[in-house]
Amino acid sequence: MSDIKQNGAGNGTADAAHSAGINGQGMGAHGRRVGTDELKRGLAQMLKGGVIMDVVTPEHAAIAEEAGACSVMALERVPADIRKQGGVARMSDPALILSIMETVTIPVMAKCRIGHFAEARILEAIGIDYIDESEVLTPADEEHHVDKRDFAVPFVCGARNLGEALRRISEGAAMIRSKGEAGTGDVVEAVRHARAILGDIRRLKSMRRDEMFAYAKEIQAPYALVEETADLGRLPVVLFAAGGIATPADAALMMQIGVDGVFVGSGIFKSGNPAVRAKAIVEATTHFNDWKIVAEVSKNLGEPMVGINVSAMPDVERIAGRGW
Amino acid sequence: MKIGVLALQGDFIEHEQMLARLGAEPSEVRLPRDLEGLDGLIMPGGESTTFGKLAKRFGLVEPLRAFAQSGRPTWGTCAGLIFLARDVGRDQVTLGLMDVKVKRNAFGRQIDSFTCDLNIAGLPDGPFPGVFIRAPIIESVGKSVRVLCALDDGTIVAARQDNLLATSFHPELTDDLRMHALFLRACGRAHEQGSLTPDS
Repeated sequence: MSDIKQNGAGNGTADAAHSAGINGQGMGAHGRRVGTDELKRGLAQMLKGGVIMDVVTPEHAAIAEEAGACSVMALERVPADIRKQGGVARMSDPALILSIMETVTIPVMAKCRIGHFAEARILEAIGIDYIDESEVLTPADEEHHVDKRDFAVPFVCGARNLGEALRRISEGAAMIRSKGEAGTGDVVEAVRHARAILGDIRRLKSMRRDEMFAYAKEIQAPYALVEETADLGRLPVVLFAAGGIATPADAALMMQIGVDGVFVGSGIFKSGNPAVRAKAIVEATTHFNDWKIVAEVSKNLGEPMVGINVSAMPDVERIAGRGW
Repeated sequence: MKIGVLALQGDFIEHEQMLARLGAEPSEVRLPRDLEGLDGLIMPGGESTTFGKLAKRFGLVEPLRAFAQSGRPTWGTCAGLIFLARDVGRDQVTLGLMDVKVKRNAFGRQIDSFTCDLNIAGLPDGPFPGVFIRAPIIESVGKSVRVLCALDDGTIVAARQDNLLATSFHPELTDDLRMHALFLRACGRAHEQGSLTPDS
């Protein structure tokens, strides 16, 4: 299994004047370096304080951009519909993703299945800005995640705790999000995961060096990343909240807990008035410290998505447990 | 010295950390009242469309224009450059203060983002690490604008117009404090001039 070659043509957009080599990095014309960790993590830093919205059509994407989204996630079905319709959920049609990329000027993300590096290569080949290796889709590999270091395009991955976040970063993830329980409109799991990751970091910061070795083993994370996280006092990459965020108050809650920004999936386009709700969630994310503004933008938003109570949900329907 | 950082969205915390390392006091700007008592202002990287929409909704566009027109140093990095520009080639809210024509996402998509060494006019001690992420370029400049840096192929990536500074790249993502130090020196000069005419 170890000789599976993931590094295909190694190129990004067809006309890119560079070739990605080891670790997806390479040299281009005029001494330009591409695909470095600094660049992959850097784009996530530009998204901070913003809202990334799930969209299924170019029209949705235009509404999201108009509302002030800092990025959109292009997909065929929002998680709520994936839940309802069941079956195998795969990467979306590249033609749909391209039509969304042509519609907006903000960065566009798309999802591949866990471990499905061929889907990831396809997304890289069409010039996607960020790949979400996502548990919302049906996992393609129950043992291995994609070796994300091999790509020039950056990846975001879900995590439920610090150990899982650092394992994904060691595989090359340039951004982490909470898993939450996507497609439910119930924020409880996003809160649980963000609190776990941030709480684990606070505990780590109080440890002596010699305690960190045992801790790294306990959370099954590489020691170097555990130490780096302790020194930084935060993850080495940007952390967003995702899964079940449906209102401006949900977004403000997650920002208060300490994430850098939010993903909103089904919460916008499964609600009564997507354009108004999208704008309100963007405003609440920016002004999460100003309760008068959060109160003001929460008025008259129409019907929220109906939602599913996660605590009443059978285990088999939960998707946050996918990935490890 | 108290320096504002526009904090509507983007990498404003990175700028704040650079300013703090140089001994300045950073202050986040989200509403017009946050502009009071500042000696300079930085507009960070992020999404310029998001900046424009939030600035308009919260009544920041005119106060930001007035701030920059007061002569206090104002610096835009990447999205901040777009937000300063007079012409961005499409209909979007900007401050329209700097006489430059900007092209957004000029190098392509994220996969075309790159780093390279830059020679910047007036910046001593050798090349500066340029970090370009879905970066804009300056396609043309007006008479009052001085080009500070161009790539080997002539592409303009840094410029200055009086108290306005603009860079396509992100000094705040590097460990190199020289650009921020240069900006703070300009803020210090403006502060001293301002204090000589307290009743103006």
